Amino acid sequence: MTRIPLSAMIGLVFTSAYFLAAIFASFIAPYGMAEIAGDSWEPWSRTHLLGTDSIGRDLLSRMIWGGQTTIFVATAATILSFTIGSSLGFLAAVRGGWVDQSLSRWVDLMMSIPSLIFALVVLSVMPVTLPVLILVMGLLDATRVFRLSRAVAVDITVMDYVEAARLRGEKQGWIIFREILPNALSPLVAEMGLRFIFMVLFISTLSFLGLGVQPPLADWGGIVKENKEGIVYGIPAALVPAFAIATLAISVNLVADWILNRTTSLKGGRG
Amino acid sequence: MSEVLLDIKGLKIEATSYPPGEKPRQITLVDGVSLTLGKGKVLGLIGESGAGKSTIGLSSMAYGRGGVRITGGEIWLKGRDILKGGPEGLRALRGREVTYVAQSAAAAFNPAKQLMEQVVEATLRHGVATRAEAEARAVVMFGKLGLPNPESIGQRYPHQVSGGQLQRVMTAMALCSQPDLVVFDEPTTALDVTTQIEVLAAIKEAIAQTGVAALYITHDLAVVAQVSDHIMVLRHGKMVEYGTTKQIIETPREDYTKALVSVRSIEHVEKPGGAEAVLSVAGITARYRGTKFDVLSNVTVDLPAGQTLAVVGESGSGKSTLARVITGLLPPSAGRITFAGRTLPAALADRTKDDLREVQMIYQMADVAMNPRQTVGTIIGRPLEFYFGLKGDAKRARVQDLLDQIEMGKGYIDRYPAELSGGQKQRVCIARALAAKPKLIICDEVTSALDPLVADGILKLLLALQAQEGVAYLFITHDLATVRAIADRIAVMFKGRVVRYGTKTDVLSPPYDDYTDLLLSSVPEMKLGWLENVISTRKMESAGN
Repeated sequence: MTRIPLSAMIGLVFTSAYFLAAIFASFIAPYGMAEIAGDSWEPWSRTHLLGTDSIGRDLLSRMIWGGQTTIFVATAATILSFTIGSSLGFLAAVRGGWVDQSLSRWVDLMMSIPSLIFALVVLSVMPVTLPVLILVMGLLDATRVFRLSRAVAVDITVMDYVEAARLRGEKQGWIIFREILPNALSPLVAEMGLRFIFMVLFISTLSFLGLGVQPPLADWGGIVKENKEGIVYGIPAALVPAFAIATLAISVNLVADWILNRTTSLKGGRG
Repeated sequence: MSEVLLDIKGLKIEATSYPPGEKPRQITLVDGVSLTLGKGKVLGLIGESGAGKSTIGLSSMAYGRGGVRITGGEIWLKGRDILKGGPEGLRALRGREVTYVAQSAAAAFNPAKQLMEQVVEATLRHGVATRAEAEARAVVMFGKLGLPNPESIGQRYPHQVSGGQLQRVMTAMALCSQPDLVVFDEPTTALDVTTQIEVLAAIKEAIAQTGVAALYITHDLAVVAQVSDHIMVLRHGKMVEYGTTKQIIETPREDYTKALVSVRSIEHVEKPGGAEAVLSVAGITARYRGTKFDVLSNVTVDLPAGQTLAVVGESGSGKSTLARVITGLLPPSAGRITFAGRTLPAALADRTKDDLREVQMIYQMADVAMNPRQTVGTIIGRPLEFYFGLKGDAKRARVQDLLDQIEMGKGYIDRYPAELSGGQKQRVCIARALAAKPKLIICDEVTSALDPLVADGILKLLLALQAQEGVAYLFITHDLATVRAIADRIAVMFKGRVVRYGTKTDVLSPPYDDYTDLLLSSVPEMKLGWLENVISTRKMESAGN
């Protein structure tokens, strides 16, 4: 229990490196976010560790500033989607009947529209600001979380200990947060790792298409967009954010796996 | 002694256990067990859960379930060591020379295939007989086992026959390839007593007629006493005692065997009547939503304060539904429940906090009756907080009091349910019910999932708590030995009706109605020859009618 397995250790190191870099971007980044620091597409050098981008901004600095935006938006949207999705999902499972029916059918309706198209439509009429982005992404993803948490909770609500709590006269809040939530946590944590990465990809996709984070604010999807022409000339600037997303995805899920192992162990939780 | 069929020498079986958060470790399931079984003899393997009896039974086919490994000893069957036979040797052996009858027939049959197809499968696979021969043989076995319509029952699917019939079909399957040895693994444990006796008689008859040898695995000494020639008592993977059935039952040598033989010998004298009824159920009729079938019809019973009313019946008799009606989970379609002088609202939502507090419930499966993520302290402490507003140290002190009352003492308050044994879990559930200071506790089959000695301890605890606290029990069970041990009044239920109700002495003394008679006479007694007596009595009666 006290020893952290190697895989989780690697995951923890990378994840915390990304998060720390994002939080302390203003201290770490060697140049300003929009500061022109050299020629366009300079190669990797001592002054520009990852070279420069299409208009001569330092790529490493852009990556760090962009990471801040990307990770912040993804985290906020994940938290939002889990808060809304899981509480509604648990509520549907506990109440059953028409509450369950109307929530579930509404979610079905939302899910029947491809979420990227839905987001593009909404964002093309709404002003594209960070809060709006987070709200749209969070709400769209909440439908997936709703499905999962409802399915997990339906299994738990039929357990005798939930019946015992009902017979005791417990309120809905206690049943959801004290009886069901602790037992549903393992699948939710696993899902959270995945969902966070989907969020990173989602915001990057939106930015790449120009409807996400707006310049001059940096974000990983935007960096790909700005540097995509460089690929033709063999300039790897566009691949750097892709590499960052991939390593973040792997390391976050290594950590999620480890948390999953910890929470399913001793306390005799669900397998 | 007759010719030796199976000879197990110094058997050692190990498995790797993976305790959460720790390194995997080796555990020894069976340690140095030796046994011999003569041709046509029946050996009973008896012990509590975890004694290794099923593991030994399966080892006679050189099979280890789920990561279990045979690491030492020899298993000689008909003069050859089957552990050295390799996969080919084992394939030839399993289903041909040694066959297996599992506990849950319902789970062992493939629901998508007809019974006959499955009964003759092993026989055909081994090429012992042609399909026509095998089917003819199966029909004969069906007849011997007393199945209705032996000619055509093979055309049915598993869900089209009853649980007891399915168990007999599985016995026919095991006997179809004319094996030398059949391993019966708790074949009657999942059945109702009235069904159990029929299956037991059928198995015994079939063993006698075919001359097959058998290992009969069970935790119920009274059952094994009816079918076996010898008995081996096992505990923690080691042999405790081995002897003839007569010797084990009548003059057990070891203390553990004595405890097993004398289990359920609690003498309980019923309390005098006249006490005011704490619970009166009057004319309750109930059905589940969306069905047109009354699960309970016109049920009327009284439970005097501080006494125990046992509700007895087979599965499907409606006894658990009665508990759901009383707790308010299933509002009845007719009838009234009076509790402590007031009428209880039918639905849970309409009941006051005091109504809820005064009726508590203990479940059959303590495992799922406790939230696995809460400590014992939280589980027992929550009713204290919820009903009496106890907090902090006062709550903790009261929880410790309750733990002392259920004889668990210190060191358990911060444990999780997974860290408790089965009996301890049930005790914690009792403490949780007690914490609410109820007037009535509904006990739904609280001892059925426990080993006999542990169950005995729970019953004694419940009786002691009743004497201290004056709480009344509504005790739902299918086990008449438990009823004798604990009840003051008894209600016998059959198909949703109360067929017999009264004080314990009245209910358990003749003249009986037909159903109670059948039920009482079906409970295995720890006597040699009990089965034959009952069966011959029944045959005479039916011949006389």
